[in-house]
Amino acid sequence: MSLNNNVPSGALSEKWTNYKSKMDLVAPNNKRRLDVIVVGTGLAGASAAATLGELGYNVKAFTFHDSPRRAHSIAAQGGINAAKNYQNDGDSIWRLFYDTIKGGDYRSRESNVHRLAEVSADIIDQCVAQGVPFAREYGGLLHNRSFGGVQVSRTFYARGQTGQQLLIGAYQALSRQISNGNVKMYNRHEMLDLVKVDGKARGIITRNLLNGKIEKHAAHCVILATGGYGNVFYLSTNAMGSNVTAAWRAVKRGAYMANPCYTQIHPTCIPVSGDYQSKLTLMSESLRNDGRVWVPKKAEDAKAIRERKKTGLDIPEEDRDYYLERRYPAFGNLVPRDVASRAAKIACDKGNGVAPTGLAVFLDFASAIQRYGRSSALSQNIDNPDAATIIKLGEKVVEEKYGNLFEMYEKITGENPYKQPMKIYPAVHYTMGGLWVDYNLQTNIPGLFALGEANFSDHGANRLGASALMQGLADGYFVIPYTLGTFLSHEIRTPTISNDTPEFNEAANAVKERIQRLANSQGNQSVESFHRRLGKIMWEYCGMSRNAEGLKKGRQMIRELRDEFYKDVYVPGSDTEYNPELEKAARVADFLELGELMMCDALDRNESCGGHFREEYKSPEGEAQRNDEGYTYVSAWEWDDHNPVLHKEELTFENVELKTRSYK
Amino acid sequence: MKLKLRVWRQKDANSKGGFHSHDVEADEHMSFLEMMDVLNEQLISEKKEPVAFEHDCREGICGTCNMVINGRPHGPQKGTTVCQLHMRQFKDGDEIVIEPWRVAAFPIIKDLVVDRSSFDHIIQAGGYISVNTGQAPDGNAIPIEKDISSEAFDAAACIGCGACAAACPNGSAMLFTSAKVAHLGKLPQGKVEHEGRVQKMVAQMDKEGFGFCSNIGACEVECPKEISTENIAMLNRSYLGSMLSSND
Amino acid sequence: MTSSIGRKVIMSLTGLFLCSFLIVHLIGNFQLLVGDGGEAFNTYAYFMTHNPLIKFTSYGLYAMILLHAIQGIILYLANKKKSGGNIGSKYAVSTYKNGSWGSKNMALLGTFILFFICIHMGDFWWKMKMDDLPMLTYDGYNEPIADLYGRVSAAFNELWIVIVYLIGLIALAFHLIHGFGSAFQTLGLRHKKYTPMINGIGVVFSVAVCLGFAVIPVVHYFFN
Repeated sequence: MSLNNNVPSGALSEKWTNYKSKMDLVAPNNKRRLDVIVVGTGLAGASAAATLGELGYNVKAFTFHDSPRRAHSIAAQGGINAAKNYQNDGDSIWRLFYDTIKGGDYRSRESNVHRLAEVSADIIDQCVAQGVPFAREYGGLLHNRSFGGVQVSRTFYARGQTGQQLLIGAYQALSRQISNGNVKMYNRHEMLDLVKVDGKARGIITRNLLNGKIEKHAAHCVILATGGYGNVFYLSTNAMGSNVTAAWRAVKRGAYMANPCYTQIHPTCIPVSGDYQSKLTLMSESLRNDGRVWVPKKAEDAKAIRERKKTGLDIPEEDRDYYLERRYPAFGNLVPRDVASRAAKIACDKGNGVAPTGLAVFLDFASAIQRYGRSSALSQNIDNPDAATIIKLGEKVVEEKYGNLFEMYEKITGENPYKQPMKIYPAVHYTMGGLWVDYNLQTNIPGLFALGEANFSDHGANRLGASALMQGLADGYFVIPYTLGTFLSHEIRTPTISNDTPEFNEAANAVKERIQRLANSQGNQSVESFHRRLGKIMWEYCGMSRNAEGLKKGRQMIRELRDEFYKDVYVPGSDTEYNPELEKAARVADFLELGELMMCDALDRNESCGGHFREEYKSPEGEAQRNDEGYTYVSAWEWDDHNPVLHKEELTFENVELKTRSYK
Repeated sequence: MKLKLRVWRQKDANSKGGFHSHDVEADEHMSFLEMMDVLNEQLISEKKEPVAFEHDCREGICGTCNMVINGRPHGPQKGTTVCQLHMRQFKDGDEIVIEPWRVAAFPIIKDLVVDRSSFDHIIQAGGYISVNTGQAPDGNAIPIEKDISSEAFDAAACIGCGACAAACPNGSAMLFTSAKVAHLGKLPQGKVEHEGRVQKMVAQMDKEGFGFCSNIGACEVECPKEISTENIAMLNRSYLGSMLSSND
Repeated sequence: MTSSIGRKVIMSLTGLFLCSFLIVHLIGNFQLLVGDGGEAFNTYAYFMTHNPLIKFTSYGLYAMILLHAIQGIILYLANKKKSGGNIGSKYAVSTYKNGSWGSKNMALLGTFILFFICIHMGDFWWKMKMDDLPMLTYDGYNEPIADLYGRVSAAFNELWIVIVYLIGLIALAFHLIHGFGSAFQTLGLRHKKYTPMINGIGVVFSVAVCLGFAVIPVVHYFFN
């Protein structure tokens, strides 16, 4: 099948506007007769379900959580980008577009990214109207801060809980549609299969997590907004429940998975402290506005710190290597995530890491505390403040800006980050890859759409900070409500889809069989242990840096692990009750296939770009080296148990020039 | 550290529950839920049924995790959810009693898992601003005083975990409901529907079977986001005002 | 007024009204300490029972007491069901370390106070109404006046009655300490600056009123 991205013609900046004004519409009386299924109720799903409900479609929304408000969008800390130029610092739609394309290492689709930048400003307006309490200045206007990879301040934020506030906004909009009957909400329902009728997506099979009942839900189209798959690495900043199952089930039904190897490793997470660890906690990128990243210059100092004979405070200024400031003077500590993560890995690989595991670098606020303390003293008319006063005032400012993050750090590590520099290390955070979608956010299966982190569309090989929230809400509030019409306008004569057809029954039976097989697994190893082993393989061979040999080996190991899983996994309880272990087993089973596909994709891509770093392809200074002649394409994979098939969508850049990404 | 756990086990909503004792070996750097993971792995290796408990983000923000630890919702540390509670708060040899939220409007599903849909219903009754996508004026069109915005945020920080109702001897959801009313009611965008919202949310709260607030204040002490009962006063005031001014 | 907040508002308003009654009642009772053999008190009691306006108000007062008590009992019973068990004991380990003891036992205290009011009224008010008391004549009054003072004085010479009164007043104090501030919270009158003051006044008021009432039986027991 050829991949048609359906990008409209015309000048980049006019595509979306022209397309919107000329696209086929569905009249209100017809909308009432069309059923739409939305799976996932995070930022993208909730905003889509709410908006489609407002438009008059019959929406059924599904989440495996007990409430839409639990989706992992809620954990996003730092902020949301928008090209508002409220700060008068030269921001524009073009600049946001350009920064995103460049930040994505020229591996995303120009037209989609430009559209994202165009609608970004509307998102802020919408959220403010919904009552999202964004940070404000004393004059009552919205405040902004800066994030990695950009030189303007365009990030809107609500303390360190931006994702929470935006999700609650979308959840409330969704709740309103639930209360007026436009959306029917199915909590604690997990999608376990996609149903296709005559090649079109017409429904899903779900499992009611409370009683195990397998249900068939039919609709005219299906929208997946089911998030990313970072949990394939076991340890990630994702929530424990985040999984690939819904998307992967679509892949098993023929949808293509695009760029699965593009994984974002976030540079500022709390380092791993032991084997029991279940997840990693992110420290917001916003901390890099004020924190300085360093390791000791001398390996013996690093060793002493690892052995707890010294602390960061014992290392004199001249023996510290502020390696980001040294290597990337133009952006300093605010280089993009992939660059910062790799730099941390290089520092630790050299033996200069500072945690007992050797896998941590410092994020130091001492100079920010000094700087803020002095300016605070000045504004309070304190002449010649002593050192203690400066520190006290400075800490107060830092507390106002990052208090909740510092508190969280102290709860988790037991160390006071105001006194001791924080220890951080990169961790899996976001997956740029996802279901392949065209300009309409439709996958290669007609009637199946994918939004938010679940699709691959906007971030290329690396996502900039504060852009995930922007993309999720752009897709849900401002893109899908229009582009869904391109499919549904041809379905207005299609009667209500029945769920009692051979296609639905076949899919439901297949799900029942799969679930029963897992529920009856009487092996000896826990689901968790397999997940952990899978994560180790992924991190080792498909993590921050990859090479051909390791990827081949990793793929083989995953296949073996998968066989072992089905032979020896133990799942307690039955399939007709509330059974979290069974849920987890089904999810890990899908991760075991996805992991293999990620290895295939990483092996195919003989270049380094963004979050995909192949050790064979780097510049003499160790920077990622792209191969634009050979790999300026989207890899869209068709799953096959033995040999996944690669389909390519060539990326054409008509408006930006492909350059070596430099933050120096 | 060695711990003795007494955990509430209950097969389903209709079965009778009771305490089971489990010994577990933990590390002081573990989070409380990681300690529970260790227990569950241990139970699974003995081919016993693991303890069902809910959790998701493990960053203290999603509001999924819920346990009463030694009589305190979310455990002994102030302003902390169970997932952010670490074992360094306990001592070697401690006995820890773990129970589910016990609130009539949160029926038990299994072990420590309860059904908190009643909170969703309260929000659905009116906990929103009626604005359709695309209708919004510019974000800076209405300036909002920094302090007001900040107060609204303090209320909006609610994670919907239910600790307030679990801590309340009356099983009341007033802190939860009032936090939403205050979040929206303090902002100019939310003022338009304020009175109607208050009426509808309170009516739904009563219908869900939550108890009546008697101003004990346990909710604000146990709230992991430290939401203040000032919000309850605001809700009361608004409710009274809306009742006096309504036409029916 | 049948919503949860509506019921609470009734509790709050009736409670505050009863607080104001306590002040009037206390001022009146201080006539017992005048030391004129009871004339001031007896004529005061006569005035209170024969002035039509006050008579009318007193029926309002009885209604308020009943309303406060009935609403309180309704709230208590409803809450008992809704907390998923008996108040204070639904968790294996008691979770209610937070909140004052009084705040969690308002119903218990209230019931005790109601019981106390019954005894109190049966002892004095009922006896007066039933014309059980000896009659005295005072200058300036056309008809004989009941010697309520004598009855009070006799009662307060019994140690056990004095103790019952003191216990009743202690219960009242705890009930008021929570109730006073709580009434303002229920009415939504809360302010960062003024609420601590209101709560402070509440404590002072509760303790002062109850001490004031307590002085009377104690003085009578020891000095009459």
